[in-house]
Amino acid sequence: MNPGDYEFIGQLLKQRSGLVLAPGKDYLLESRLMPIVRERGLNSLDELVAELRRPTSESLQTEVTEAMTTNESFFFRDNTPFDLFREDMLPALLEARATRRRLRIWCAACSTGQEPYSLSIILKEMADKLVGWRIEIVATDLSSEVLEKAKAGMYSQFEVQRGMPIQLLVKYFTQVGDLWNIDAGIRAMVDYRKLNLLEGFSQLGTFDIIFCRNVLIYFDQPTKATVLGGVASVMAPDGYLLLGAAETVLGITDAFKPVPNKRGLYAPTTQVSETLRDSAFGSAIPKLQAV
Amino acid sequence: MKECLVVDDSAVIRKVACRILEEMEFETAEAVDGKEALDFCKEHMPDAILLDWNMPVMDGLEFLTALRSEQGGQDPVVVFCTTENDINHITTALGAGANEYIMKPFDREIIEAKFQQVGLL
Ligand SMILES: C[S@@+](CC[C@H](N)C(=O)[O-])C[C@H]1O[C@@H](n2cnc3c(N)ncnc32)[C@H](O)[C@@H]1O
Repeated sequence: MNPGDYEFIGQLLKQRSGLVLAPGKDYLLESRLMPIVRERGLNSLDELVAELRRPTSESLQTEVTEAMTTNESFFFRDNTPFDLFREDMLPALLEARATRRRLRIWCAACSTGQEPYSLSIILKEMADKLVGWRIEIVATDLSSEVLEKAKAGMYSQFEVQRGMPIQLLVKYFTQVGDLWNIDAGIRAMVDYRKLNLLEGFSQLGTFDIIFCRNVLIYFDQPTKATVLGGVASVMAPDGYLLLGAAETVLGITDAFKPVPNKRGLYAPTTQVSETLRDSAFGSAIPKLQAV
Repeated sequence: MKECLVVDDSAVIRKVACRILEEMEFETAEAVDGKEALDFCKEHMPDAILLDWNMPVMDGLEFLTALRSEQGGQDPVVVFCTTENDINHITTALGAGANEYIMKPFDREIIEAKFQQVGLL
Protein backbone atom coordinates (compact mmCIF):
# COMPACT_ATOMS: atom_id res chain seq x y z
CA MET A 1 0.00 0.00 0.00
CA ASN A 2 1.36 3.43 -0.82
CA PRO A 3 2.43 5.59 2.16
CA GLY A 4 -0.27 8.18 1.55
CA ASP A 5 -3.05 5.60 1.68
CA TYR A 6 -1.53 3.97 4.75
CA GLU A 7 -1.45 7.30 6.53
CA PHE A 8 -5.02 8.04 5.49
CA ILE A 9 -6.31 4.76 6.97
CA GLY A 10 -4.19 5.34 10.09
CA GLN A 11 -5.77 8.75 10.60
CA LEU A 12 -9.25 7.47 9.95
CA LEU A 13 -8.86 4.69 12.54
CA LYS A 14 -7.28 6.98 15.10
CA GLN A 15 -10.06 9.51 14.76
CA ARG A 16 -12.93 7.07 14.73
CA SER A 17 -11.87 4.51 17.33
CA GLY A 18 -8.60 5.73 18.89
CA LEU A 19 -6.72 2.80 17.39
CA VAL A 20 -3.09 3.57 16.75
CA LEU A 21 -1.97 1.86 13.55
CA ALA A 22 1.77 1.37 13.94
CA PRO A 23 3.94 1.44 10.82
CA GLY A 24 4.38 -1.83 8.96
CA LYS A 25 1.01 -3.37 9.81
CA ASP A 26 0.09 -3.95 6.17
CA TYR A 27 -0.55 -7.62 6.85
CA LEU A 28 -3.10 -6.68 9.52
CA LEU A 29 -4.93 -4.29 7.19
CA GLU A 30 -4.90 -6.99 4.56
CA SER A 31 -6.30 -9.76 6.75
CA ARG A 32 -9.00 -7.58 8.32
CA LEU A 33 -10.04 -5.57 5.28
CA MET A 34 -9.83 -7.97 2.34
CA PRO A 35 -13.20 -9.51 3.28
CA ILE A 36 -14.75 -6.04 2.90
CA VAL A 37 -12.94 -5.53 -0.40
CA ARG A 38 -14.46 -8.74 -1.74
CA GLU A 39 -17.87 -8.15 -0.28
CA ARG A 40 -18.05 -4.75 -1.95
CA GLY A 41 -16.97 -6.19 -5.29
CA LEU A 42 -13.71 -4.22 -5.28
CA ASN A 43 -10.39 -5.52 -6.52
CA SER A 44 -7.81 -4.34 -3.99
CA LEU A 45 -7.11 -2.43 -0.80
CA ASP A 46 -6.12 0.54 -2.97
CA GLU A 47 -9.63 0.62 -4.39
CA LEU A 48 -11.06 0.39 -0.90
CA VAL A 49 -9.05 3.41 0.19
CA ALA A 50 -10.26 5.31 -2.86
CA GLU A 51 -13.83 4.52 -1.80
CA LEU A 52 -13.07 5.59 1.77
CA ARG A 53 -11.81 8.96 0.52
CA ARG A 54 -15.17 9.78 -1.04
CA PRO A 55 -17.30 12.19 0.99
CA THR A 56 -20.22 9.73 1.00
CA SER A 57 -18.28 6.87 2.58
CA GLU A 58 -19.66 7.18 6.13
CA SER A 59 -21.02 3.64 6.41
CA LEU A 60 -17.93 2.14 4.79
CA GLN A 61 -15.75 4.06 7.25
CA THR A 62 -17.75 2.60 10.11
CA GLU A 63 -17.45 -0.88 8.69
CA VAL A 64 -13.69 -0.55 8.24
CA THR A 65 -13.25 0.87 11.75
CA GLU A 66 -15.19 -2.00 13.28
CA ALA A 67 -13.33 -4.57 11.22
CA MET A 68 -10.04 -3.28 12.61
CA THR A 69 -10.98 -3.80 16.28
CA THR A 70 -9.51 -6.74 18.17
CA ASN A 71 -12.30 -8.53 19.98
CA GLU A 72 -10.59 -11.34 21.81
CA SER A 73 -12.11 -12.02 25.21
CA PHE A 74 -12.55 -14.91 27.63
CA PHE A 75 -14.83 -15.69 30.53
CA PHE A 76 -13.26 -14.76 33.87
CA ARG A 77 -10.26 -13.37 32.00
CA ASP A 78 -7.17 -13.28 34.25
CA ASN A 79 -9.29 -14.46 37.22
CA THR A 80 -7.99 -11.82 39.68
CA PRO A 81 -10.33 -9.01 38.58
CA PHE A 82 -13.30 -11.29 39.16
CA ASP A 83 -11.98 -12.43 42.53
CA LEU A 84 -11.57 -8.76 43.44
CA PHE A 85 -15.12 -8.11 42.29
CA ARG A 86 -16.52 -10.88 44.48
CA GLU A 87 -14.27 -10.52 47.50
CA ASP A 88 -13.35 -6.82 47.74
CA MET A 89 -15.48 -4.49 45.67
CA LEU A 90 -18.89 -6.04 46.26
CA PRO A 91 -18.57 -6.44 50.04
CA ALA A 92 -17.37 -2.82 50.37
CA LEU A 93 -20.13 -1.45 48.15
CA LEU A 94 -22.88 -3.60 49.64
CA GLU A 95 -22.04 -2.02 52.95
CA ALA A 96 -21.71 1.50 51.58
CA ARG A 97 -25.01 1.31 49.67
CA ALA A 98 -26.96 -0.63 52.30
CA THR A 99 -29.75 1.94 52.43
CA ARG A 100 -30.15 2.61 48.71
CA ARG A 101 -29.62 -1.02 47.70
CA ARG A 102 -28.63 -0.10 44.23
CA LEU A 103 -25.44 -0.74 42.27
CA ARG A 104 -24.48 0.14 38.75
CA ILE A 105 -21.72 -1.65 36.88
CA TRP A 106 -20.28 -0.75 33.50
CA CYS A 107 -18.25 -2.92 31.12
CA ALA A 108 -16.79 -0.23 28.91
CA ALA A 109 -15.52 -2.42 26.05
CA CYS A 110 -17.46 -5.61 26.45
CA SER A 111 -16.71 -7.24 23.09
CA THR A 112 -18.63 -10.53 22.72
CA GLY A 113 -20.02 -10.47 26.26
CA GLN A 114 -17.74 -12.78 28.23
CA GLU A 115 -16.87 -10.05 30.74
CA PRO A 116 -20.40 -8.85 31.64
CA TYR A 117 -21.68 -12.44 31.69
CA SER A 118 -18.88 -13.47 34.07
CA LEU A 119 -20.02 -10.68 36.39
CA SER A 120 -23.68 -11.69 36.04
CA ILE A 121 -22.85 -15.28 36.95
CA ILE A 122 -20.94 -14.16 40.04
CA LEU A 123 -23.95 -12.08 41.09
CA LYS A 124 -26.32 -14.96 40.40
CA GLU A 125 -24.15 -17.29 42.49
CA MET A 126 -24.44 -14.94 45.49
CA ALA A 127 -28.10 -14.10 44.94
CA ASP A 128 -29.03 -14.88 48.54
CA LYS A 129 -26.94 -11.90 49.70
CA LEU A 130 -28.52 -9.62 47.13
CA VAL A 131 -32.18 -9.99 47.91
CA GLY A 132 -33.86 -6.61 47.52
CA TRP A 133 -30.95 -5.12 45.59
CA ARG A 134 -31.19 -3.63 42.16
CA ILE A 135 -27.98 -4.28 40.27
CA GLU A 136 -27.56 -3.01 36.76
CA ILE A 137 -24.87 -4.10 34.32
CA VAL A 138 -24.43 -1.83 31.34
CA ALA A 139 -22.14 -3.25 28.67
CA THR A 140 -20.96 -1.18 25.73
CA ASP A 141 -18.75 -1.54 22.69
CA LEU A 142 -17.95 0.31 19.51
CA SER A 143 -18.68 -2.64 17.26
CA SER A 144 -22.24 -3.64 16.37
CA GLU A 145 -21.11 -7.07 15.30
CA VAL A 146 -19.70 -8.05 18.70
CA LEU A 147 -22.75 -6.59 20.43
CA GLU A 148 -25.02 -8.82 18.35
CA LYS A 149 -22.98 -11.83 19.30
CA ALA A 150 -22.99 -10.80 22.97
CA LYS A 151 -26.78 -10.44 22.97
CA ALA A 152 -27.22 -13.85 21.36
CA GLY A 153 -25.02 -15.35 24.08
CA MET A 154 -24.01 -18.27 21.87
CA TYR A 155 -20.45 -19.53 22.26
CA SER A 156 -18.32 -22.22 20.66
CA GLN A 157 -16.89 -25.12 22.61
CA PHE A 158 -13.50 -23.45 22.33
CA GLU A 159 -14.82 -20.16 23.75
CA VAL A 160 -16.57 -21.69 26.75
CA GLN A 161 -13.50 -23.74 27.62
CA ARG A 162 -11.37 -20.65 27.91
CA GLY A 163 -12.34 -19.63 31.40
CA MET A 164 -15.78 -20.98 32.21
CA PRO A 165 -15.50 -23.51 35.07
CA ILE A 166 -17.27 -26.74 34.15
CA GLN A 167 -19.77 -26.59 37.03
CA LEU A 168 -20.87 -23.12 35.92
CA LEU A 169 -21.04 -24.23 32.29
CA VAL A 170 -23.41 -27.02 33.23
CA LYS A 171 -25.44 -24.71 35.43
CA TYR A 172 -25.81 -21.66 33.22
CA PHE A 173 -25.59 -22.87 29.62
CA THR A 174 -27.67 -25.01 27.32
CA GLN A 175 -26.03 -27.08 24.64
CA VAL A 176 -27.28 -26.32 21.12
CA GLY A 177 -25.52 -28.63 18.67
CA ASP A 178 -21.85 -27.80 18.99
CA LEU A 179 -22.58 -24.45 20.61
CA TRP A 180 -23.37 -23.35 24.12
CA ASN A 181 -26.09 -20.80 24.82
CA ILE A 182 -26.04 -18.81 28.03
CA ASP A 183 -29.29 -18.86 30.00
CA ALA A 184 -31.90 -16.20 29.32
CA GLY A 185 -31.85 -15.24 33.01
CA ILE A 186 -28.16 -14.34 32.83
CA ARG A 187 -28.62 -12.59 29.49
CA ALA A 188 -31.40 -10.46 30.91
CA MET A 189 -29.05 -9.09 33.58
CA VAL A 190 -26.98 -7.23 30.99
CA ASP A 191 -28.05 -4.12 29.14
CA TYR A 192 -26.05 -3.87 25.90
CA ARG A 193 -25.57 -0.55 24.17
CA LYS A 194 -23.44 0.69 21.34
CA LEU A 195 -20.97 3.32 22.49
CA ASN A 196 -17.73 4.84 21.26
CA LEU A 197 -15.44 5.71 24.16
CA LEU A 198 -14.15 8.70 22.19
CA GLU A 199 -17.57 10.28 22.06
CA GLY A 200 -18.35 10.95 25.69
CA PHE A 201 -20.57 8.92 27.92
CA SER A 202 -22.04 11.15 30.60
CA GLN A 203 -25.46 10.07 29.27
CA LEU A 204 -24.89 6.64 30.86
CA GLY A 205 -25.18 8.09 34.37
CA THR A 206 -22.82 7.25 37.24
CA PHE A 207 -21.34 3.87 38.10
CA ASP A 208 -20.01 2.14 41.19
CA ILE A 209 -17.80 -0.33 39.35
CA ILE A 210 -16.26 0.10 35.93
CA PHE A 211 -14.47 -2.62 33.99
CA CYS A 212 -12.44 -0.93 31.26
CA ARG A 213 -10.18 -3.77 30.26
CA ASN A 214 -7.96 -4.41 27.28
CA VAL A 215 -9.12 -1.46 25.24
CA LEU A 216 -6.85 1.40 26.39
CA ILE A 217 -3.86 -0.59 25.12
CA TYR A 218 -4.86 0.29 21.56
CA PHE A 219 -4.87 4.07 22.23
CA ASP A 220 -2.10 6.68 22.43
CA GLN A 221 -1.31 8.49 25.69
CA PRO A 222 -3.50 11.58 25.18
CA THR A 223 -6.48 9.41 24.19
CA LYS A 224 -5.96 7.15 27.22
CA ALA A 225 -5.87 10.26 29.43
CA THR A 226 -9.05 11.70 27.90
CA VAL A 227 -10.96 8.43 28.21
CA LEU A 228 -9.79 7.85 31.80
CA GLY A 229 -10.77 11.42 32.67
CA GLY A 230 -14.22 10.75 31.29
CA VAL A 231 -14.42 7.47 33.17
CA ALA A 232 -13.58 9.31 36.40
CA SER A 233 -16.39 11.75 35.73
CA VAL A 234 -19.02 9.01 35.66
CA MET A 235 -17.71 7.17 38.69
CA ALA A 236 -18.98 7.29 42.25
CA PRO A 237 -16.33 8.79 44.58
CA ASP A 238 -16.05 5.46 46.41
CA GLY A 239 -16.27 3.40 43.21
CA TYR A 240 -13.74 1.09 41.60
CA LEU A 241 -12.07 0.88 38.22
CA LEU A 242 -10.54 -2.27 36.76
CA LEU A 243 -8.03 -2.20 33.95
CA GLY A 244 -6.48 -5.00 31.89
CA ALA A 245 -3.32 -6.81 32.95
CA ALA A 246 -1.14 -4.71 30.62
CA GLU A 247 -2.77 -1.36 31.46
CA THR A 248 -2.21 1.26 34.15
CA VAL A 249 -3.17 4.81 35.12
CA LEU A 250 0.35 5.62 36.26
CA GLY A 251 1.93 8.35 34.17
CA ILE A 252 -1.34 8.84 32.27
CA THR A 253 -3.83 10.46 34.60
CA ASP A 254 -4.07 11.43 38.25
CA ALA A 255 -7.83 10.94 38.25
CA PHE A 256 -7.25 7.43 39.64
CA LYS A 257 -4.80 5.84 42.03
CA PRO A 258 -3.92 2.15 42.33
CA VAL A 259 -5.47 0.37 45.30
CA PRO A 260 -2.45 -1.02 47.20
CA ASN A 261 -1.92 -4.77 46.90
CA LYS A 262 -4.88 -5.23 44.55
CA ARG A 263 -3.55 -5.80 41.07
CA GLY A 264 -5.41 -3.97 38.33
CA LEU A 265 -7.73 -2.19 40.77
CA TYR A 266 -7.96 1.61 40.90
CA ALA A 267 -9.94 4.12 42.93
CA PRO A 268 -10.81 7.69 41.96
CA THR A 269 -8.65 10.31 43.68
CA THR A 270 -10.87 12.50 45.83
CA GLN A 271 -10.01 15.96 44.62
CA VAL A 272 -10.45 14.87 41.05
CA SER A 273 -13.73 13.14 41.60
CA GLU A 274 -15.09 16.22 43.34
CA THR A 275 -14.08 18.66 40.66
CA LEU A 276 -15.01 16.32 37.85
CA ARG A 277 -18.35 15.46 39.33
CA ASP A 278 -19.44 19.07 39.05
CA SER A 279 -18.99 18.83 35.33
CA ALA A 280 -19.89 15.16 35.13
CA PHE A 281 -23.06 15.65 33.23
CA GLY A 282 -21.67 18.31 30.98
CA SER A 283 -19.33 17.30 28.19
CA ALA A 284 -16.22 16.12 29.95
CA ILE A 285 -15.00 14.85 26.63
CA PRO A 286 -15.22 17.05 23.58
CA LYS A 287 -16.68 15.17 20.69
CA LEU A 288 -13.99 14.47 18.12
CA GLN A 289 -14.39 15.80 14.65
CA ALA A 290 -15.43 13.34 12.02
CA VAL A 291 -12.86 12.47 9.39
CA MET B 1 7.25 -30.01 41.08
CA LYS B 2 3.71 -31.32 40.75
CA GLU B 3 3.06 -34.60 38.99
CA CYS B 4 0.37 -35.25 36.42
CA LEU B 5 -0.63 -38.70 35.19
CA VAL B 6 -1.84 -38.68 31.60
CA VAL B 7 -4.29 -41.50 30.86
CA ASP B 8 -5.16 -42.01 27.19
CA ASP B 9 -5.03 -44.95 24.81
CA SER B 10 -3.66 -42.75 22.02
CA ALA B 11 0.11 -42.40 22.09
CA VAL B 12 -0.14 -39.20 20.08
CA ILE B 13 -2.50 -37.55 22.55
CA ARG B 14 -0.33 -38.64 25.49
CA LYS B 15 2.70 -37.16 23.81
CA VAL B 16 1.01 -33.82 23.03
CA ALA B 17 -0.49 -33.56 26.52
CA CYS B 18 2.80 -34.43 28.22
CA ARG B 19 4.65 -31.82 26.23
CA ILE B 20 2.13 -29.13 27.21
CA LEU B 21 2.23 -30.21 30.86
CA GLU B 22 6.01 -30.27 30.94
CA GLU B 23 6.06 -26.72 29.58
CA MET B 24 3.79 -25.87 32.50
CA GLU B 25 6.45 -27.36 34.81
CA PHE B 26 4.70 -30.59 35.62
CA GLU B 27 6.39 -33.91 35.99
CA THR B 28 4.48 -36.38 33.82
CA ALA B 29 3.68 -40.08 33.81
CA GLU B 30 1.61 -42.04 31.30
CA ALA B 31 -0.93 -44.82 31.39
CA VAL B 32 -2.65 -46.42 28.38
CA ASP B 33 -5.91 -47.35 30.11
CA GLY B 34 -7.77 -47.09 33.40
CA LYS B 35 -6.34 -50.34 34.74
CA GLU B 36 -2.75 -49.21 34.28
CA ALA B 37 -3.66 -45.84 35.77
CA LEU B 38 -5.24 -47.46 38.82
CA ASP B 39 -2.17 -49.64 39.41
CA PHE B 40 -0.03 -46.52 39.18
CA CYS B 41 -2.20 -44.66 41.70
CA LYS B 42 -2.18 -47.55 44.15
CA GLU B 43 1.64 -47.23 44.18
CA HIS B 44 1.48 -43.50 44.68
CA MET B 45 -1.08 -40.77 44.10
CA PRO B 46 -0.18 -38.07 41.54
CA ASP B 47 -1.29 -34.45 42.13
CA ALA B 48 -3.32 -34.37 38.94
CA ILE B 49 -4.76 -36.80 36.41
CA LEU B 50 -5.69 -35.93 32.84
CA LEU B 51 -8.19 -38.60 31.91
CA ASP B 52 -9.61 -39.85 28.62
CA TRP B 53 -13.06 -41.48 28.68
CA ASN B 54 -13.14 -44.21 26.03
CA MET B 55 -10.32 -46.68 26.54
CA PRO B 56 -10.01 -50.48 26.29
CA VAL B 57 -9.76 -52.68 29.43
CA MET B 58 -10.99 -50.02 31.86
CA ASP B 59 -12.52 -46.73 30.75
CA GLY B 60 -12.12 -43.31 32.35
CA LEU B 61 -15.35 -43.35 34.30
CA GLU B 62 -14.72 -46.80 35.77
CA PHE B 63 -11.22 -45.70 36.70
CA LEU B 64 -12.47 -42.52 38.38
CA THR B 65 -15.07 -44.38 40.41
CA ALA B 66 -12.46 -46.92 41.53
CA LEU B 67 -9.91 -44.20 42.29
CA ARG B 68 -12.24 -42.19 44.49
CA SER B 69 -12.86 -45.24 46.69
CA GLU B 70 -9.14 -45.95 47.16
CA GLN B 71 -7.35 -44.71 50.24
CA GLY B 72 -5.99 -41.26 49.35
CA GLY B 73 -7.96 -41.44 46.11
CA GLN B 74 -9.81 -38.23 46.91
CA ASP B 75 -6.62 -36.22 46.68
CA PRO B 76 -5.70 -36.12 42.98
CA VAL B 77 -7.34 -33.41 40.93
CA VAL B 78 -8.99 -35.22 38.02
CA VAL B 79 -9.54 -33.43 34.74
CA PHE B 80 -11.43 -35.38 32.09
CA CYS B 81 -10.17 -34.82 28.57
CA THR B 82 -12.43 -36.50 26.05
CA THR B 83 -14.32 -36.20 22.78
CA GLU B 84 -17.53 -36.91 24.72
CA ASN B 85 -18.91 -33.39 24.73
CA ASP B 86 -22.56 -33.70 25.66
CA ILE B 87 -24.09 -32.49 28.87
CA ASN B 88 -25.00 -36.02 30.04
CA HIS B 89 -21.42 -37.22 29.94
CA ILE B 90 -20.28 -34.05 31.68
CA THR B 91 -22.76 -34.34 34.55
CA THR B 92 -22.02 -38.06 34.91
CA ALA B 93 -18.30 -37.28 35.19
CA LEU B 94 -18.88 -34.53 37.75
CA GLY B 95 -21.15 -36.83 39.72
CA ALA B 96 -18.40 -39.45 39.82
CA GLY B 97 -15.96 -36.92 41.28
CA ALA B 98 -14.24 -35.23 38.34
CA ASN B 99 -12.94 -31.75 39.14
CA GLU B 100 -12.85 -30.32 35.63
CA TYR B 101 -13.73 -31.39 32.13
CA ILE B 102 -12.02 -30.66 28.83
CA MET B 103 -13.83 -31.34 25.57
CA LYS B 104 -11.42 -32.38 22.82
CA PRO B 105 -9.86 -30.94 20.76
CA PHE B 106 -7.79 -29.14 23.34
CA ASP B 107 -4.77 -26.89 23.20
CA ARG B 108 -2.30 -25.46 25.65
CA GLU B 109 -4.50 -22.48 26.48
CA ILE B 110 -7.43 -24.66 27.45
CA ILE B 111 -5.33 -26.96 29.61
CA GLU B 112 -3.75 -23.96 31.27
CA ALA B 113 -7.11 -22.25 31.88
CA LYS B 114 -8.63 -25.41 33.36
CA PHE B 115 -5.61 -26.22 35.54
CA GLN B 116 -5.66 -22.67 36.83
CA GLN B 117 -9.32 -22.93 37.76
CA VAL B 118 -8.81 -26.04 39.84
CA GLY B 119 -5.86 -24.46 41.62
CA LEU B 120 -3.10 -26.57 40.08
CA LEU B 121 -1.20 -23.52 38.81
C1 LIG C 1 -9.83 -6.99 23.33
S1 LIG C 1 -11.52 -6.50 23.50
C2 LIG C 1 -11.69 -6.46 25.27
C3 LIG C 1 -12.88 -7.25 25.75
C4 LIG C 1 -12.99 -7.39 27.26
N1 LIG C 1 -13.06 -6.10 27.94
C5 LIG C 1 -11.84 -8.20 27.82
O1 LIG C 1 -10.98 -7.65 28.52
O2 LIG C 1 -11.79 -9.40 27.57
C6 LIG C 1 -11.46 -4.78 23.03
C7 LIG C 1 -12.81 -4.20 22.61
O3 LIG C 1 -12.73 -2.78 22.59
C8 LIG C 1 -13.60 -2.29 21.59
N2 LIG C 1 -13.19 -0.91 21.25
C9 LIG C 1 -12.11 -0.51 20.57
N3 LIG C 1 -12.11 0.83 20.45
C10 LIG C 1 -13.22 1.28 21.07
C11 LIG C 1 -13.78 2.56 21.28
N4 LIG C 1 -13.19 3.69 20.81
N5 LIG C 1 -14.95 2.65 21.95
C12 LIG C 1 -15.55 1.54 22.43
N6 LIG C 1 -15.07 0.31 22.27
C13 LIG C 1 -13.92 0.17 21.59
C14 LIG C 1 -13.42 -3.28 20.47
O4 LIG C 1 -14.54 -3.29 19.60
C15 LIG C 1 -13.25 -4.61 21.23
O5 LIG C 1 -14.46 -5.34 21.29
